[in-house]
Amino acid sequence: MKIHEYQAKEMFASYGLPVDRSIVCRSIEDAVKAYGQLDSQRVIVKAQVHTGGRGKAGGVKLAKDEIELRKHAATILGMNIKGFTVDRILVGQAVNIEKEYYVSFVIDRASKSTILMLSREGGMDIEEVARTTPEKIHKFEIDPSLGLPEYLAREAAFKLFDDIKEVNQATAIFQKLYKLFVGTDASLAEINPLVLTKEGNLMAIDAKMTFDDNALYRHPKIAALNEPTEEEKKEQNAKSKGFSYVNLGGEIGCMVNGAGLAMATMDLIKLYGGNPANFLDIGGSSNPTKVIEAMKLLLSDQNVKVVLINIFGGITRCDDVAKGLLEAFKQIKTGVPVVIRLTGTNEKEGRALLQGTGLYVAETMGEATRKAVSLV
Amino acid sequence: MSILIDKNTRLIVQGITGRDGSFHASKMKAYGTNVVGGTSPGKAGELTDGIPVFNTVKDAVNETGADTSVIFVPAPFAKDAMMEAADAGIKLIIAITEGVPTLDVIEAYHFIRQRGANLIGPNCPGLISPGKGLVGIMPSMIFKQGSTGVISRSGTLTYEVVYNLTEHSMGQSTAIGVGGDPVVGLYFIELLEMFENDPETDSIALIGEIGGDAEERAAAYIKKHITKPVAVFIAGQQAPPGKQMGHAGAIISSGSGTAAEKIAAFEAAGVPVAKEPSQIPDLLKKRR
Repeated sequence: MKIHEYQAKEMFASYGLPVDRSIVCRSIEDAVKAYGQLDSQRVIVKAQVHTGGRGKAGGVKLAKDEIELRKHAATILGMNIKGFTVDRILVGQAVNIEKEYYVSFVIDRASKSTILMLSREGGMDIEEVARTTPEKIHKFEIDPSLGLPEYLAREAAFKLFDDIKEVNQATAIFQKLYKLFVGTDASLAEINPLVLTKEGNLMAIDAKMTFDDNALYRHPKIAALNEPTEEEKKEQNAKSKGFSYVNLGGEIGCMVNGAGLAMATMDLIKLYGGNPANFLDIGGSSNPTKVIEAMKLLLSDQNVKVVLINIFGGITRCDDVAKGLLEAFKQIKTGVPVVIRLTGTNEKEGRALLQGTGLYVAETMGEATRKAVSLV
Repeated sequence: MSILIDKNTRLIVQGITGRDGSFHASKMKAYGTNVVGGTSPGKAGELTDGIPVFNTVKDAVNETGADTSVIFVPAPFAKDAMMEAADAGIKLIIAITEGVPTLDVIEAYHFIRQRGANLIGPNCPGLISPGKGLVGIMPSMIFKQGSTGVISRSGTLTYEVVYNLTEHSMGQSTAIGVGGDPVVGLYFIELLEMFENDPETDSIALIGEIGGDAEERAAAYIKKHITKPVAVFIAGQQAPPGKQMGHAGAIISSGSGTAAEKIAAFEAAGVPVAKEPSQIPDLLKKRR
């Protein structure tokens, strides 16, 4: 789950991390009021959206006076950045920057650890730095039972700084950021850039955090910050019914049991010249209620011309699945053709039950997919 | 032979009195797995399908000599269950539980390794050595004893591949679902090495999906260390970037983890990649 920069900065501040003074605003009037409170001639105006690349899209501007501030606030509020409409801006004190650095804690799948990632190339796209000059990135694997004691944080800080005053500040920042990362079950806590000001202070002038969805149950305050898009609402609604759903815009609606098989079904549709309308995993069991809900979800998409149901009967036997499907189709009347592939335990009995019902029944994934593509 | 589990495995089920735990304990026992006990704090002395229940894993190990544990406890308690098993001397821990927080998995994983044990999962279907033992929730009837090793990040897609193998009279030595989360225990490289060293395995099917770079690392490892034929299928070529496709680990972020990159890595390593799951048996036969 993502949160906005201003929300991340509030968390930073509550863990004692140094951040620039800033105020979140929803209107030009708010922004002018904030300008008065900030007591700084130059301010930065930043769009608050759940996507990267704000700067390139024109969503980050420096204002030298109130006239410029009004102008920038007016342009950025309501701006569309990668499909997100800006309804909030962050107005912050401009900082005198001496140098910029990159700092993050992130989950590393390969080492199965949290890692501290550092670079002197701050303010840049870190993935680009990793690709072109990997030697400029320093990584420290963290043993979860040890955490990040001061000596380790200091060792890391020496990778970025030579002056002991700066090293000491960075050491404290790394430790506090790790405490925040663990304390909130984050999957990413990133400062890009961490700046050294001309006055010699280290400060986070941007803050990015994402959180582990599996752990939100123990962080209700963070879960409350969730701002799903329309598409994500549909996905979350599906999730509450035990499905995983992602819209893909094609014509063949898919209903599959299991995430891997669902992905493979989409791939096969494309391979045979069709376009999948969605990813839909209805989970291991396939009881009638689930099938009915899933069909409703698929048919709510106006683009869907054919429905392809791909069920592998494992623990759930195929004859039970077939009975569930028959029950479901008693309740759903649709003109959209439905192709069903049913394989696994008791498959012959299962397919026999579906014969003569107006549903297209197939034995293999390939056969079912070809049929679905031909019906579009 | 087979890898990780066989006739000598002594299994306990953590969370044996719960709905899933009791259901699958019976299934595993019926398959012939040596299920020697189960745990459920406060329920010691009870029996579940004739299997003795203990309060703690330590008690279960002391009484039964268990060496393997399968975990069915709910996600908020999974970390503790994994660590309890390792601390009691269990050598192979299989966590079926879905939705375990990532930092919990990281903490448990490191503890388990420090105790010299191995972890499979969480959020996985477990493993089966057909004819010898079943640990987890796989549908045993589609499997057949044989000599193809199967390693997969997915559940039903594994069954799809296994079904095709069985249809082609290619039985399996051991089939393992490693789990769909970003951080899980044993993975491609460790399991490839075990299959390479298992005299009863003569070929390996590897089923990957989008997200992370484990497939790329597996491709490099196969090229260097694996002499047995390997065939691969990668799910998720049509997945849009940034979207989670069911499994928490199946997400393409910032241009890495795509199916195209993974397929290219295997092809560069000389490992054939199936366009659809049904091609795996032929790809393996050709090279065997």
